[in-house]
Amino acid sequence: MNQRMKLFIPGVFFILMLGLLLFGLGRNPNQVPSALVDRPLPQFNLPDLNQDMGSMSSSDLQGSISIINFWATWCPPCHIEHPYLVEISERESDVRFIGVNYKDDLAEARLFLKEKGSPFEQVIIDLDGSLGIDFGVAGAPETFIVDSFGTIRYRHVGIINHQIWADTFEPIIARLK
Amino acid sequence: MSRLLFIIFTVLCMNHLKAAIEVYQFDFSEQEERFHQLSDQLRCPMCLNSNLSGSDAPIAADLRAEIYEQIIDGRTNDEIIDFMTQRYGDFINYRPPLNQGTVLLWFGPLVLLLVGLLIVWRMAISNQAVDQARSLTAEEQKKLEKILTGKK
Repeated sequence: MNQRMKLFIPGVFFILMLGLLLFGLGRNPNQVPSALVDRPLPQFNLPDLNQDMGSMSSSDLQGSISIINFWATWCPPCHIEHPYLVEISERESDVRFIGVNYKDDLAEARLFLKEKGSPFEQVIIDLDGSLGIDFGVAGAPETFIVDSFGTIRYRHVGIINHQIWADTFEPIIARLK
Repeated sequence: MSRLLFIIFTVLCMNHLKAAIEVYQFDFSEQEERFHQLSDQLRCPMCLNSNLSGSDAPIAADLRAEIYEQIIDGRTNDEIIDFMTQRYGDFINYRPPLNQGTVLLWFGPLVLLLVGLLIVWRMAISNQAVDQARSLTAEEQKKLEKILTGKK
């Protein structure tokens, strides 16, 4: 190699490192990749928040695309997210919305849904958060897209609003259909 | 002054004690050691830059309880770390396993060091070569001496 060209090597290396670091900075550090994406749903069989509904197990989720939303009345972002979920669930009739009431006071949770309306077809109770651990949940709200074979396809951390639904959820659901 | 410092220091210490206040009962001190080792090594999935033992997040408390229960159940450290990694990914482990995704992380610095040493070594060699090339022939040496002693 030309001796003169060798002088550029440190510069090129520097620019490469700079590019790598800028790329790293551009990523959202809170967006932790989920270990469960493309893996089957964790097995569960949990009681419904509505005592008349009995219980629900993971195998009940096969056959259609489901949205699984971890929420609780103690979680302020869940209150913000709730009206959006109600509207979205009314619009999206071919997707099942399943709620997981996460480490909550059950009486308060029932009252909350009664007063503000429920976006969920069914709400199951995860009283001690162990289903949350099986889903790799760090806190509420978190939402998973599950395909009709019972495989987790996406994990969303934080609230859902119309924008996030249209940008992130709709394309994935369209692809799964 | 020293009294004020003492108070500040005490308050700072108390702040540190806020995290991880649950009391767990272990049958053997070996289990307790493993509990502390695991909750130091595993990262809180909520706060990202803190381990389970140093985090106040509810999920960290839940995961500490999970570790406790699994230790009491007789699971090994590897089994518990596996359990956590299956749910939260390699991310949860402050000591990431060696695999395709982390090989750069493990050996990158070593490779950079070796490349640096190689460059320094080659520069030293080529400088030496230049020095040798520059040494004078016997004739030139005589000429130089003449010049230095001022004779023509």
